[in-house]
Amino acid sequence: MPTYHTNKSYDSDLRLLSDHILLIASRVEKMVANSIKALSHNDQNLARETIAYDKIIDKDEMLIDRQCLELLAQRQPLGQDLRFVVSVLKMVTYFERIGDLAGKICQRVIKLKGQQKLAPLEGIENMASLVQEMIKEVIEAFLLQDNSRALAVIKQDDAIDEIYHQTTRLYIREMTDSGAETEAYYHLLSIAKWLERMGDHCTNLAELIIFMIKGEDVRHQQIHNPKRVEY
Amino acid sequence: MTAAQPKMSIKNLDIFYGLRKAVDDVSLDVLAGKVTAIIGPSGCGKSTFIRCLNRMHELTPHARVKGQVLLDGVNIYGAGIDPVTIRRRVGMVFQRPNPFPHMSIFQNILSGFALSGRKIPKNKEEIVEIALRGAALFDEVKDRLHAPSAALSGGQQQRLCIARALAMQPEVLLLDEPCSALDPISTARIEDLIGELRSNYAIVIVTHNMQQAARVSQITAYFLSGKLIEIDTTKRLFTTPKDQRTEDYITGKFG
Amino acid sequence: MKEEKWAALKERIFNIICFLATILPLCFLLWLLADTFVRGFARLNFNFLISLPSRFAYKAGILPGLVGTLLLMFVTIFVAIPLGICAALYLEEYAKDSWLKKFIELNVSNLAGVPSIIYGLLGLELFVRMLNLGPSLLAGGLTLSLLILPVVITSTRESLKNIPSHLREAGLALGASKLSVIRRIVLPLAMSQIITGAILSISRAMGESAPLIVLGAATYLAFVPVNIMGEFSALPLQIFHWVERPQAAFVDNAAAAIIVLLIILAIFNSIAAWLRQHHEKKRGGL
Repeated sequence: MPTYHTNKSYDSDLRLLSDHILLIASRVEKMVANSIKALSHNDQNLARETIAYDKIIDKDEMLIDRQCLELLAQRQPLGQDLRFVVSVLKMVTYFERIGDLAGKICQRVIKLKGQQKLAPLEGIENMASLVQEMIKEVIEAFLLQDNSRALAVIKQDDAIDEIYHQTTRLYIREMTDSGAETEAYYHLLSIAKWLERMGDHCTNLAELIIFMIKGEDVRHQQIHNPKRVEY
Repeated sequence: MTAAQPKMSIKNLDIFYGLRKAVDDVSLDVLAGKVTAIIGPSGCGKSTFIRCLNRMHELTPHARVKGQVLLDGVNIYGAGIDPVTIRRRVGMVFQRPNPFPHMSIFQNILSGFALSGRKIPKNKEEIVEIALRGAALFDEVKDRLHAPSAALSGGQQQRLCIARALAMQPEVLLLDEPCSALDPISTARIEDLIGELRSNYAIVIVTHNMQQAARVSQITAYFLSGKLIEIDTTKRLFTTPKDQRTEDYITGKFG
Repeated sequence: MKEEKWAALKERIFNIICFLATILPLCFLLWLLADTFVRGFARLNFNFLISLPSRFAYKAGILPGLVGTLLLMFVTIFVAIPLGICAALYLEEYAKDSWLKKFIELNVSNLAGVPSIIYGLLGLELFVRMLNLGPSLLAGGLTLSLLILPVVITSTRESLKNIPSHLREAGLALGASKLSVIRRIVLPLAMSQIITGAILSISRAMGESAPLIVLGAATYLAFVPVNIMGEFSALPLQIFHWVERPQAAFVDNAAAAIIVLLIILAIFNSIAAWLRQHHEKKRGGL
């Protein structure tokens, strides 16, 4: 994070932006946790609360976008400050999308009406905890300006992908074998897909943090395990 | 596009005022067709440096230079080189517009000839027009070429000084904070002009305004306490500088 | 409240004091001029200007003095002005800072304050005796030149200092040599101020009498001094001579001669003022 600019109000503007992005990160992490808790415990109220909470995330996104715009106009940042503002501008989009996906998971929880009890939820729960871990690591990497943590996040996405493929295969087998509760499995497949997508978004966040710290654009590169199993 | 040989090549340049070293072991290349900006805090030696490129520095008492400044491969500080010939090939525009007040616009443009001991060529009207067009000033003054130069606005006067330098057909243009004394609109006009001029000249601009350096140059050099800290393409220097001191300067962390 | 009123009162009092300091000497001066005018006006006619001095006040004229003053002026112009300008150019444009330069500058400023009669003694020894010029117009002109030289140098230097250095820099950056810069930039811009200073110095010289007397100029000359190597007189000397005479009529003559001298000086100062104005326009108010 940029510190100790000669212009103190510039310094505090940047810190404020930093604080806001961290806030949205922790809010989104809570949403992910709550959405999976709602699924595991069939907590319909929690699901509804979480869906409503998404509106706060939307407000956060608009606020951060506006702050970035104003910083660019008023301060003409350069160097790391410029990379910081541009990165934050993109990061907020990914956070908002993760929050969105958590809301969608909750919508499916409502639709499931408890039917998920009959299905093996291990895979989904593992993916969810990995996603939460990734978000926490992203926050740490951002706070500490730690390049290696960001790289670790990118590698963790491989684990999520692996679990996703396993879970998908399992659910499809269950669907064809049992015949019943097809609808439930259909919803669970969507939830799994969204969790996998959350993992991808965390990877994007990590790539942006690497750009912010080092100025290297590492997107669209094979940092991941080259042996991807394509389904 | 790579130039075959840099237009000017500065090698291990030390600049002294008496015993005080103002610039320490600076080496850099000035390329034709490009604008090279020199930025840095006050007292970092950037003005001292640029004044050595046309041997104006030695007019200060007790000024001394060590090292080489090559113009097309020839050291301008070599034995037997007349500074006057260098100053014809390397033109300079100063911070404060300084047209000669006792001369008209027309006479100002041609003043370089008489001053450097050359005869004014027969096609003087043509020369004046070409110089004024080159400085994006012709349309504004074509009806009053013989009016006194003091009647022009600050921005116009500065463009007149540029035209005056251009009339001598220099190969290199040195601009020492050319917009410092001007309002934003005049500044924008001159920045635009610099963009147009660079295809025909090698331009070096000293500026304390980082955003201006970012706008007008392709190559930027950062000076600090008489040393060259970093030189890179403008885009790279302002987005991902390599040296922490450059980063601190451009982000406004002045310690 | 009392403090404010007191402050305002102090302001007013000081204002009045300054005004009186200006107006009182002016009044004395005007009274002097009026007195001279009243005395001498009657005597002013064409004959007065073209007649030689005489024992008879009504016949006496100022021709020798007038011609002497004008010729002295020519000599002074041709000697003091070029020397003064060149010396000022050396000190201002060429000389490097050194003990020698400081020494010269110190002397120039001190010499400007030396009483004019000392210059008369100098001229007597150097020009009249050592160079064998005798008490001639030439010697007188040279002496007066020396007298005003420090002032010409100083005022020329001031004019040169007034030319901003960035104009010189602009010339040098275009490839000019130092001489070129002086010739084409500095001198054209400074010229009117230099000339103004020169004219004012010369008008001062024209009013000097003590050095010329010491030199051996005549206060009563019965012929017109057209020979530069011959004896001469000048208007101030003529005035001095007449004032010494007991007859009241000669005092009137003196008054008339003073008026003529004042008119000449006024013409000079007007030319200087006109030049200053004209050049201000030309330089665009530098």
